[in-house]
Amino acid sequence: MGNDQNLKRTPLYQSYSKYAGAKFVDFGGWELPVQFEAGIIAEHMAVRKNAGMFDVSHMGEIIVEGPDAEKYVDYLVTNDVKSMEEYQVIYTLMCYPDGGVVDDLLVYKYSKKKYLLVVNASNVDKDYEWIVKNKNCAVSIENISNEIVQIAFQGPKAEQILQKYVNFDLSSIKFFHFKDPVQINGIDCIVSRTGYTGEDGFEIYVGAEQGLRVWDYIYEKTRGDNVLPCGLGCRDTLRFEAKLPLYGHEISKDITPIEAGLKFFVKLEKDNFIGKEVLVNQVQNGVKRSLKGLEMIDKGVPRSGYKVFKNGKEIGFITTGSYSPMLDKNVALALIESSLKLNDEVEVEIHGKLKKAILVKTPFYKNTKKEN
Amino acid sequence: MEILKNLKYSKTHEWVRVEEGIAYVGITDFAQHALGDIVYVELPEVDSEIAKGDEISNIESVKAASPIFSPVSGTIVKVNEDLEDDAELINHKPYDAYIFAVELSNPEEIEELMDADQYEEFCETEGSH
Repeated sequence: MGNDQNLKRTPLYQSYSKYAGAKFVDFGGWELPVQFEAGIIAEHMAVRKNAGMFDVSHMGEIIVEGPDAEKYVDYLVTNDVKSMEEYQVIYTLMCYPDGGVVDDLLVYKYSKKKYLLVVNASNVDKDYEWIVKNKNCAVSIENISNEIVQIAFQGPKAEQILQKYVNFDLSSIKFFHFKDPVQINGIDCIVSRTGYTGEDGFEIYVGAEQGLRVWDYIYEKTRGDNVLPCGLGCRDTLRFEAKLPLYGHEISKDITPIEAGLKFFVKLEKDNFIGKEVLVNQVQNGVKRSLKGLEMIDKGVPRSGYKVFKNGKEIGFITTGSYSPMLDKNVALALIESSLKLNDEVEVEIHGKLKKAILVKTPFYKNTKKEN
Repeated sequence: MEILKNLKYSKTHEWVRVEEGIAYVGITDFAQHALGDIVYVELPEVDSEIAKGDEISNIESVKAASPIFSPVSGTIVKVNEDLEDDAELINHKPYDAYIFAVELSNPEEIEELMDADQYEEFCETEGSH
């Protein structure tokens, strides 16, 4: 740990040494914990059954502000910004003119004149440049990523547990809405009911200097509630089971939202937005390849990049594959020929051998109790 | 981290226990700890001929697939079928959960492996913490 001086660390890094067994990885230039002592499967199950907390301060935050902010953000992204309420959050994508994805992001609306965009860590600089480059109206754009600590508190018991330690009504924050400011341990935070796990839960944004005080406060208070500190390892398996896309895997500059099955977040009827022409065309005429779920019949773990075959012919590749702790099965998302149907059998090349798999429904896991 | 005195060790973190000319091979406590939760072990085929250093199988943790190298040469005479459905045995008891057993074609190779003290030193320089 700490061998590579070039890796960035979040303001919460200094607290990790308190927890035994943290293992670190280089994630998009950040030295982040992949797991703590409990391990990926135990952390995964904690979030599915109880609650877990994640340092996600590596995520980027960009403010778009000004008289034309609504118009501009609506032009940048595929989802419908104009029909958002104040203090609502939407998931959306930002595309290139060819329909490829610049990034996927959350848009937080303060007012028609101010939006907070939360983007992927590895894309912050690219996104900021893209947003500045396309500016065509009266807005100011500010990258505040380094000033913000983000903590995700996720799980079916997230509200029940966190409510004991904060003095504002968490139930008043509806799914994909936020409040700003609310105080945690006397410190002003933004709290949204959002997440990347397929469970109920909250994401908490706080100034970098106060971040550690908020993390430590929540961590210490929730000791008796069996809340686990969780690493990026289970963040990935959790989002994967819920079929939440990861940039560079299910979506990328070479994979459009339509191919990735994210049509719901692309509002084709809205005014001009970047990528609209290609995406409209893809919806009208269909796409040659699309994202589908596979379950292994033979033994073996499918992984990102592995090739998929049908009757000896290559038909696509795995975007994410893993052992699923909830299903206790090896499953994958694959970008393959659109003509394939549920229950079709295919083969995945694993370590040089073709292994049988079957097309299954996605998401692999859905929390039926989650608010919508 | 546990290192057993009576075993031999490779630089790729396999352990070897020799019983009557048969070398039992597994992965060390250091290795299982580094891999994290193990979900699947691809067992090699019985009767296959292998040479020291060959990549003969893969071990899959939640995060990644890692190759297993053979620390010795010979013929595979047995594989641990308990691991087929219970790969996490390697996490719980790495020194009980052998992966495959080799009838040695060149028993002197055993002496080229590290003993427990040498392996402990080796792990320290590997940048463990």
